[in-house]
Amino acid sequence: MRDFQPGNSREPTPKRQLATVIGMSDTHCPYCALQCAMRLRAGPDGVDVEARDFPTNQGGLCQKGWTSADLLRHPERLTTPLVHDGETLRPATWPEALDRVVAGITAIQERHGRDAVAVFGGGGLTNEKAYALGRFARVALRTSTIDYNGRFCMSSAAAAGNRAFGVDRGLPFPVEDIAAADAVLLVGANPAETMPPFVRHLGGDGLVVVDPRRTATARLAALHLQPTPGTDLALGNGLLHIAITEGHLDRAYVDARTTGFDAVRAAVAQWWPARVERLTGVPVADLYATVERLANAQKAMVLTARGAEQHAKGTDTVTAFVNLALALGLPGRRGSGYGCLTGQGNGQGGREHGQKADQLPGYRRIDDPAARAHVARVWGVAADDIPGAGPSAYELLSSDAVRALLVFGSNPVVSAPRAAGVRRWLGALDLLVVADFVLSETAALADVVLPTAQWAEEDGTMTNLEGRVIRRRRATPPPAGVRTDLAVLAELSGRLGAPTSSDPRTVFAELGRASSGGVADYAGITYERIDAEGGVFWPCPDESHPGTPRLFLDRFATPDGRARFTPVEHRPAAEEPDADFPLYLTTGRVLTQYQSGAQTRRIAALPGDPYVELHPDLASRIGVDDGAPVTVATRRGSATAPARVSTTIRADTVFVPFHYGGANLLTNPALDPISRMPEFKVCAARVAPA
Amino acid sequence: MRVLVVGYGMAGSRAVAELRSRDADVKVTALGAEPHRPYNRILLSSLLAGKVGEDDLAISAAPSGADVRLGERVVAVDPGRRVVRTTREEHEYDALVLATGGLPVFPSLQGLDSPDVYAFRTLDDCRRIVARADGARRAVVLGGGLLGLEAARGLAGRGLAVDVVHVGTHLMDRQLDGDAGRVLARTLAGLGVRTHVGASAREWTGNALHLDGAVIPADLLVLACGVRPDTRLAAAAGLTVGRGIVVDDAMRTSDPHVYAIGDCAEHRGSVYGLVAPAWDQAATVADRITGGRAAYRGSRVVTRLKASDVDLAAMGSLETGADAEVVSFADPARGTYARLVLHENRITGAVLLGDNPAVGTVVQLFDRDAEAPADRRTLLLGRAHGADPPVAADSPALMPDAAVVCRCNTVRKAAITAVWRAGGRTVADVAAATRATTGCGGCREAVCGLVDWLSMVDPDTRDPDTEVAA
Repeated sequence: MRDFQPGNSREPTPKRQLATVIGMSDTHCPYCALQCAMRLRAGPDGVDVEARDFPTNQGGLCQKGWTSADLLRHPERLTTPLVHDGETLRPATWPEALDRVVAGITAIQERHGRDAVAVFGGGGLTNEKAYALGRFARVALRTSTIDYNGRFCMSSAAAAGNRAFGVDRGLPFPVEDIAAADAVLLVGANPAETMPPFVRHLGGDGLVVVDPRRTATARLAALHLQPTPGTDLALGNGLLHIAITEGHLDRAYVDARTTGFDAVRAAVAQWWPARVERLTGVPVADLYATVERLANAQKAMVLTARGAEQHAKGTDTVTAFVNLALALGLPGRRGSGYGCLTGQGNGQGGREHGQKADQLPGYRRIDDPAARAHVARVWGVAADDIPGAGPSAYELLSSDAVRALLVFGSNPVVSAPRAAGVRRWLGALDLLVVADFVLSETAALADVVLPTAQWAEEDGTMTNLEGRVIRRRRATPPPAGVRTDLAVLAELSGRLGAPTSSDPRTVFAELGRASSGGVADYAGITYERIDAEGGVFWPCPDESHPGTPRLFLDRFATPDGRARFTPVEHRPAAEEPDADFPLYLTTGRVLTQYQSGAQTRRIAALPGDPYVELHPDLASRIGVDDGAPVTVATRRGSATAPARVSTTIRADTVFVPFHYGGANLLTNPALDPISRMPEFKVCAARVAPA
Repeated sequence: MRVLVVGYGMAGSRAVAELRSRDADVKVTALGAEPHRPYNRILLSSLLAGKVGEDDLAISAAPSGADVRLGERVVAVDPGRRVVRTTREEHEYDALVLATGGLPVFPSLQGLDSPDVYAFRTLDDCRRIVARADGARRAVVLGGGLLGLEAARGLAGRGLAVDVVHVGTHLMDRQLDGDAGRVLARTLAGLGVRTHVGASAREWTGNALHLDGAVIPADLLVLACGVRPDTRLAAAAGLTVGRGIVVDDAMRTSDPHVYAIGDCAEHRGSVYGLVAPAWDQAATVADRITGGRAAYRGSRVVTRLKASDVDLAAMGSLETGADAEVVSFADPARGTYARLVLHENRITGAVLLGDNPAVGTVVQLFDRDAEAPADRRTLLLGRAHGADPPVAADSPALMPDAAVVCRCNTVRKAAITAVWRAGGRTVADVAAATRATTGCGGCREAVCGLVDWLSMVDPDTRDPDTEVAA
């Protein structure tokens, strides 16, 4: 028998053999943070994708990865700049488009001040781009107004990780450690849809999944807890309560490696199982069973994702689960630990190098004088000239003080909460510039659209969900008329009097110097080392340093080396159901789409349309059958899509996937006080036949 | 605004925290009669069972700005002067919150002044019982209500043989029907707790409890015959007192400057004796005192027996009116029993004992007074009912053509069949042509099953080694 190698396009896409391979590169998928390894072969007729073996994906790809190259020669690909003239976007030359951008920036900053020009980045940008964008904002624009869509993604887990461990790296261990664990508690994560090859690391026997929906991931679990949306914090406190009362506290670990336990013990004493059951709907017996699994495992993991994090109390919710992990003695023990599953492709690196409102490269705080002095030296500017912290993403996207916005790698019209308001805000700007490779919903509103290169057309680095810095390698040149984001930023910087390089390798070397001595220290990482070593885990302070696959084995990154317990109290969602809006609305992802769908919705081979998932009891109460159009309404807007009637969802909850224009018309922009994360995952809604 | 809180147990401490979190300017003084630091009464039975230590009972430190004085017992309230007198001094107040809690009910029984008789109410009670239980072999608990059973389970957990004597017709007769009580008795028997119902205790002789017609030898007697509101201060101050201190929806007593919450309060005829209502009341009173308009309208009570290996939830009333609908399930041999009463499509009462996977759902439906599911079986069976469809690999023949076998790549059965028809014969062939199995890999078994099934129903005379789909 002869095995077929998986790798070519599947039906109905005709099988294609590139007669002539022009370029070939070993790179990684353009989508999620798992960053599955792939090999691209480029010929005159297109690019073929092959899966490549790598610890993260073990040779697997989901259909998003397999079809990722379909967008390279897509008919909707932008290959020329567009400028808005009166009523329409019309093609323009690069000089004309850039003139308009620079003239607009200059005029607005003269009139309204530097901070009136804002920058909005993305968690899909390479490390080089994220760094260059932050530098562009602080040095060329000298604006404090920069943030990015990762605020909507990783900010709560980041804040909780920093609070507990003194550092925020999604997984502080390689992904293989998860496969070796005897018990894994997965809170608000649905990797079977969001990063399918990750499921290869999830053994079924010890898996406990917390999700208001019986997702594809929940079906893999030995135990599925199906809590009321917005009650994960109470659940976490309740699990810790049981861990203590059942004698599972790792006293030696708590004494030796942590601080602050007593205050947490007192706080969770008030979360006895029956109280938690009533609030969450999770049976007491399942609470006990969950703790037993974690406590009796030789190696156990607690992992959170957006379901726990995208709340107005997301930071505290993550902290509740970190507290649980600490009480059981997991973090910093080889093979065990707490981690969060990063969402976007470079959700990790994207939050480390300066596109975040309050940060400078190397995960440095922008209000830290020493950090400012260090970065100022690398940038060749005075420390006092670096602006301070700016507003967070949603605050930026609703700020009256902003008159111009430059968007790179994001589509906030679809991905921001209360999206109708964001759309109105964008429409009222004096200047909106969007760099993208397709005409996203946001780009369609722009005054200037700049066509940029795709992943297969550029070099750079990404930092995957493990904190492993990996290489993105160019397989094919961009189409004529298209420039890389780095080239665009370098050109704009130069025109604004702050010249920089557009060469990824040069930018990465500068990033390394800027991050040197910081929390996320990349100083010892080079393209050559990544190539030779299959990626390098940060921190890696110098070229002789082997990188750090596992953090915390000896000490945590806090001043005293101990992890910090922080007591957290459950509180209701910012908007709970009431007589007018009697249901919970929650939002999430589907397997065939990615983020705002600007890319994946354009790929014909990827199925998927918006829908409203609801329980048969609810469907029959409002009188709709499966497939019939229903309208979901909240205090912020309404959206209509076909009903998907399923017993997999709680009867008091409706679910809408967010890759389409509808879901975020509904969501609540209530923000977490620490992370500034909007409450995407719960608000009050009503549903009726359309 | 000077607020004085009398009592620093579960209700009083909560009121202090709620007051401070609402208004930083309000001056709060709390007076606790018990000398040791405040503790979490919820965990007393776990302490008795030896599962937690006293450190685990600590409740959160008093909020900053609150003046908490422990071991200072109030001896009188003078509503006319708005003054409270303690064993040490006088405190003036603008608003007074009584959270004096409850007192154990002592049965009419001879020999209560004999040694080795213990109430089960306070931390000190618990300490005494634990000290005596060390080295004891047998205990008898008088009272088969919630508290008595928790005490019995705790003592049994310490290795003592325990008898429970209950005057009612069955255990927890305020919450359970007879059948549930009997299943519960059987469950407890398996855990080393013998129960005697319909039994009147006559005398404790120091080494045995004498019933009508029986003698139960024991080293100690624990009294769990209920709790009555501690209304002594309120009554002496002339406030209206019924079973408890009578309050309105603002938790206000007959004196407009005096409030009462928790086990000492009687609201709309109800004295709850549970923490959850006390905390709702604490929130209401804090809101009122700080100028809000909150109203407490009563609590829906869910009783949960907190004891290892016993899973019992009881709520509402099991009374069945004319239009009542009853859903029930019983498997006494395995200790499982469920009885739900519904009126107008809503759960008005329920008992769930043993393995009831829907208990969380039932509790929430009752708590919210929400419509019950159309399929009543889900109230009994929960997630187990109508669970996931059979795994594809189990029944390839029955699988519809449109069934998705590989989710990661949206590969349907029809596509895999098509590969077979085109000459593909192995899982690898299917993977190459369809990408099935190349995502999470979880469908590999299902694809194998399909290929095996196809090889049986559509055997091929050609040699698959030489015929491979191009």
